[in-house]
Amino acid sequence: MSDTTKNEYIQHKSRRKFLKGLAAGVGLIAMPGKDASASVWEEFFQKHFRELSKDELKVVIGRLEKEYSKKFAKQVTVKTTPPIEGVLYGYGLDLSRCIGCRRCVYACVKENNQSRDPQIHWIRVLQLDKEKGVDLSHAEHYYNPEKVPEKGHFYMPVQCQQCEKPPCTKVCPVQATWKENDGIVVVDYNWCIGCRYCMAACPYGARHFNWGKPGLPVAEMNPVTHYLGNRPRPKGVVEKCTFCIQRTREQPGRYPACEEICPVGARKFGNLLDPNSEIRYLIENKRVFKLKDDLNTQPKFFYFYAT
Amino acid sequence: MKNIWNFFAGTLVLISKGSKAYYCWVLFLLVLMAIGASAYVHQLNEGLIVTAMRDQVSWGFYISNFTFMVGVAAAAVLLVIPAYVYGWGPIKEFAVLGELLAVSAIVMCLLFVTVDIGHPERFWHLIPKIGLLNFPQSLLAWDVVVLNTYLVLNLTISIYILYNLYYKREPNHHFYTPLVLLSIPSAISIHTVTAFLYNGLGARPFWNSSILVPRFLASAFCSGPAFMLLIFLLVRKYTKFKIKDEAIQKVAEIMAYAMFINLLLLGAELFKEYYTDTIHLASVQYLFQGLHGHSALVPYIWTAMIFNVTAFFLFLIPATRRNNITLVIGCILVFVGVYIEKGMGLVIPGFIPDTLHEIYEYSPSGTELLLAMGIWATGLFVYTMLLRVAIPILNRDFHVADDGVGSYIGDQMFLIQQKPEEEPESVETH
Repeated sequence: MSDTTKNEYIQHKSRRKFLKGLAAGVGLIAMPGKDASASVWEEFFQKHFRELSKDELKVVIGRLEKEYSKKFAKQVTVKTTPPIEGVLYGYGLDLSRCIGCRRCVYACVKENNQSRDPQIHWIRVLQLDKEKGVDLSHAEHYYNPEKVPEKGHFYMPVQCQQCEKPPCTKVCPVQATWKENDGIVVVDYNWCIGCRYCMAACPYGARHFNWGKPGLPVAEMNPVTHYLGNRPRPKGVVEKCTFCIQRTREQPGRYPACEEICPVGARKFGNLLDPNSEIRYLIENKRVFKLKDDLNTQPKFFYFYAT
Repeated sequence: MKNIWNFFAGTLVLISKGSKAYYCWVLFLLVLMAIGASAYVHQLNEGLIVTAMRDQVSWGFYISNFTFMVGVAAAAVLLVIPAYVYGWGPIKEFAVLGELLAVSAIVMCLLFVTVDIGHPERFWHLIPKIGLLNFPQSLLAWDVVVLNTYLVLNLTISIYILYNLYYKREPNHHFYTPLVLLSIPSAISIHTVTAFLYNGLGARPFWNSSILVPRFLASAFCSGPAFMLLIFLLVRKYTKFKIKDEAIQKVAEIMAYAMFINLLLLGAELFKEYYTDTIHLASVQYLFQGLHGHSALVPYIWTAMIFNVTAFFLFLIPATRRNNITLVIGCILVFVGVYIEKGMGLVIPGFIPDTLHEIYEYSPSGTELLLAMGIWATGLFVYTMLLRVAIPILNRDFHVADDGVGSYIGDQMFLIQQKPEEEPESVETH
């Protein structure tokens, strides 16, 4: 045991040495402007989230909290709450109840600090024909009537399905995205190189790229954040739904914002490992299906018909 | 060490010398490169929002060009195999030019990938041990490995041979032959891995077809040689380098076979899609017919089809293959045809319709076009510089001087219209 820690220590040391050399080299090519502080370099050389020691993590979080608090003129916290033992999150969505009001879409944007301009939505609600059933090729993405639901239609919100076998994490060339023990697929925004291979791999359109600088109004910024979730993102990285990791991992936990806002109770959330949970009851007693089941991604997002 | 420095210093002197045409050409490329660089600065400042890519179509013109250039790079083996495996003289004389083309093409590939990513400064995340390369899980990680291996192999082989010729030594074939042999599977691997990169995605039925790798290889063995032949014809015309007709004929013949296989595989793909007529037909329909009134790629793909079929016949029929004019036309047709088919024609329909069946029509923005132009200019610039050194060395016009330190430069002009016997204007120069 002590051997491995020693090895790791040596590895880290040599890595640091290399990075120092690299810093000198890169510095020559791209000198940051005069206003650039030491934090630019700290950010540049920041290690992968899962490789940070406790002390290093503290420094990183301190730097981020300082940076965000200054930028958004309020006390911003960046949590790193780990998964809870014995918890595997699952989501249920009742297609017979959903009315397509898109309140979930906007509650999500607000909670998770998505860019308003350019607009990023982690949830996409599809309007489908009752006659055709769940047939995506006839889905209407930009329906905009006075009132929903419209006659002859039903609605299907799609967001990250938190796959048990996520194709997106498999393809990432730098392991910037991975599945946590509680089943949530997360992204380290400080490690993502922005190649967008994960977006090509995702069968659900659940991954979104910051094509431009995120436009997040200071007044609307939610200051309660998680490192792997809703903290402000830089441009040029991929982001996605995390089942509101900043809420659901707390003890006592809170429901995801989309679940909380739903006016018709179409959204259900819970622990798949708890035999008494509502989500387990639904899976066992209702007609359930998973989107694109044939791709064997094994989503933990279950569509069902309660009535 | 001293020798290496002298060689390097000599090449620097050499590339600064040349005819007016050479200077104009290099200046022209430098201007295009500067335009491309300024487009890149603009993109770095604003983000990739200055491209036409969006979440629905998350890869576009850059990755299309990247994919095509991988094919051009891989095609160098078409010279390497006859030259080194079969020891066929006429091609062996200039196989090193093919290797240098591979080097230039890989440089372009790496540039196209670099400009496509959101955080290029985080490139070090890809370096094993220092960063966290997701090898062997991610095929992009594989691509990083094989592309760089191929680049290093070709650089090593060509520089080793040229360096020895410069010092009037026979290159040691015990050293370079194993490397050359290794470069053959390596060339196949860059194309296979790039195809797998698309192929392995269940989310994209348009790419998720097991025929994709052979299609990639077949089209690479058309477009790469087409590009090479065009360059060799120019080299033959404007430099002192001689390339035998039979060598060019041989490459053209290989292209005819490759194009046949390419068209056959495409036909097989189209049959399967149209006959089974499942929901996965949508992307093919978008490409060839248009889908729900969206048909941006339709004129392009049909142009490509016509070009490819025409070129196939031009290379198949010995008379048109041997005629320099129809040969050039054929090469241009193949080059353009495969550029469309294996570039935008392969990448974009993978995203249209997107995974939730939304149709977002993509066509490259001005920034994307300018930047891509800059990268093409960079590739040509690199190749021009490499040829500026390699051709005089192969012609024995550039070698170490008798004092063993300085260089002898016999070819001061480099780019200059040669005097072909059959052309009438050769009379004036006498």
